[in-house]
Amino acid sequence: MTQLVIENLAKDFGKGTVLSSVDLKIADREMLVIVGASGCGKSTLLRLVAGLETPSAGRVVLDGRDITHLDPAERDIAMVFQNYALYPHMNVFENMAYGLKVRRVPKAEIARRVDEAAALLNLAGLLGRRPRELSGGQRQRVAMGRAIVREPKLFLFDEPLSNLDAKLRVQMRAEIRRLQRRLGVTSLYVTHDQVEAMTLGDRLVVMNRGHVAQIATPMEIFERPADTYVAGFIGAPAMNFLAAALSHGGSAATLADGRVIPFADGRRDGSDGRHLTLGIRPEHVRPMPNGMRLMVELVEPLGSETLVHGRLSDETALTVKLSGGGFGAGVLDIMPETAFLHVFDAETGLRMAPSAADVPAALAGAE
Amino acid sequence: MGKRVDWLAHAVLGVGVLFFAFPVWLVFAGATQTAGAISRGDLSLLPNFHRIGTFVSVLRAPGVGTGTPVWHLLMVSAGMALAIALGKIVISLASAYAVVFFRFPFRMTVFWTIFITLMLPVEVRIIPTYAVMSDFHLINTFTGLTLPLMASATATLLFRQVFLVVPDALVEAARMDGAGPFRFLKDILIPISSANVAALFVILFVYGWNQYLWPLLVATEPGLDTIVIGIVQLINTGGMMTPWNRVMAMAVLSIVPPVAVVIAMQRWFVKGLTESER
Repeated sequence: MTQLVIENLAKDFGKGTVLSSVDLKIADREMLVIVGASGCGKSTLLRLVAGLETPSAGRVVLDGRDITHLDPAERDIAMVFQNYALYPHMNVFENMAYGLKVRRVPKAEIARRVDEAAALLNLAGLLGRRPRELSGGQRQRVAMGRAIVREPKLFLFDEPLSNLDAKLRVQMRAEIRRLQRRLGVTSLYVTHDQVEAMTLGDRLVVMNRGHVAQIATPMEIFERPADTYVAGFIGAPAMNFLAAALSHGGSAATLADGRVIPFADGRRDGSDGRHLTLGIRPEHVRPMPNGMRLMVELVEPLGSETLVHGRLSDETALTVKLSGGGFGAGVLDIMPETAFLHVFDAETGLRMAPSAADVPAALAGAE
Repeated sequence: MGKRVDWLAHAVLGVGVLFFAFPVWLVFAGATQTAGAISRGDLSLLPNFHRIGTFVSVLRAPGVGTGTPVWHLLMVSAGMALAIALGKIVISLASAYAVVFFRFPFRMTVFWTIFITLMLPVEVRIIPTYAVMSDFHLINTFTGLTLPLMASATATLLFRQVFLVVPDALVEAARMDGAGPFRFLKDILIPISSANVAALFVILFVYGWNQYLWPLLVATEPGLDTIVIGIVQLINTGGMMTPWNRVMAMAVLSIVPPVAVVIAMQRWFVKGLTESER
């Protein structure tokens, strides 16, 4: 049972706080993906777990052992680096074997583990090559092999696919997922790519400016983003946001133009007039006669779908994803599908769930 | 690019080669003639192969049967050049490693102190250096001959530049792999800088080989005379006619080892100065 627990972890660099009070728990065999824009502290979090940085506060516990102040080498953790960080003067075999050699693993055992990993990664014929004689994908696999042969308790991936071209990235993404499942190694994976995050992670951690914005399964995050940042970050094209005010006793929102959008899933707390941000994904907007007027600015045909970018009468930018093609410039009358409406508090940006009064009493007690 | 460009390039190269090779040829040819002929200015450009034995004779002793044999002078020079080159490389590798990869108090002060010594070559500090060597009783020893020439700001700077471009991830990968500072230096850093080490070795070997002033001062025993000193001693015969043919033979012999080093390390030398791939 390998479990990683991160408690209250924080990191200050000089003046700025890069990471503030992060709590995480990663279950055995789980692939946890940390995703966020650059500068959100995701790499710092990974490096703290690896031991390449020292935290300003907090603890890192692996398998019940406090490893916060251990040397990277003593943590039983292996890491795959963004630019592979292969030793240029060693061949593939030596690259993979180096960590074991340093740890004085017997030669026969080293050979066994490297051969095994090489077979797993389709590198068997390349063991004698130098990194510069390998393609990007092959180097990536060697970097993973180097981690695998260590048989660590925890894998760390630091944007391992960002140096590959698009096609290879998709291929390696699937390969990493397959490998991780097969080896059953608990993994922490950092990326800025939301597609990578959605497809790879058992659970995602969305980070924003040194804070954890949300931890949940990919679908949970997609369907119920915790705040406007997460909502805007996950999903492509990004979610549309509309300014609105709470009305009708909390059961609807009134847009700037006076149009009323009722909530399909229940009332929200707060007095009428409370400022809201409504979120609606581009695929959840439908054309509708007498709907909101969208001045179309750009039409992007994607084949089976079309993206229509435009502005509402109050200049709010809005993107609509429609199936089929044949949409032209001009005006499009649209309406959000209320079943897929996300309601956020305009000040805090936090998600507003249906109020407790509308939830059955038994469930309310559980919360 | 047409063929004409190539011809032009070759012509320029040819002139350059002639320019550099001619003096060497002149010395070689002169070594096979009589001292009298050279003194008269009657130097033939064609070597006289009947007198090629001068080289063998000089190897045994510079003067006719006198002086430290040239093979011994060459050994001292080679030993000194090797010791200086290797010593400089070891010291500057270590100091550059410390300055680049470790965070310690006054790190930049240390670096700038090393940097400033660039302005203090042996010639400038020769009297205090001599006094220090004298106090350590190192006059007329091999250590005294080589040690003051070893500390090297140039090589430290060079390795610093080389180390600065080593990707951080490589350092971190080695840390994760469990390599301590010494292992990292030995297994990763030196191998990936080997071309630079080789290039520097060539430069430093030639530098050490050509030392004149310091060996002249610190080593007065014939057993520690270098080839450069030997040549000068043969020229200053004190009243007698300088045996120019033998001087020239010695000069030719004296350039053989550094040339051999340059030729042997040529490939690495070029690689070390031009290659930046990591």
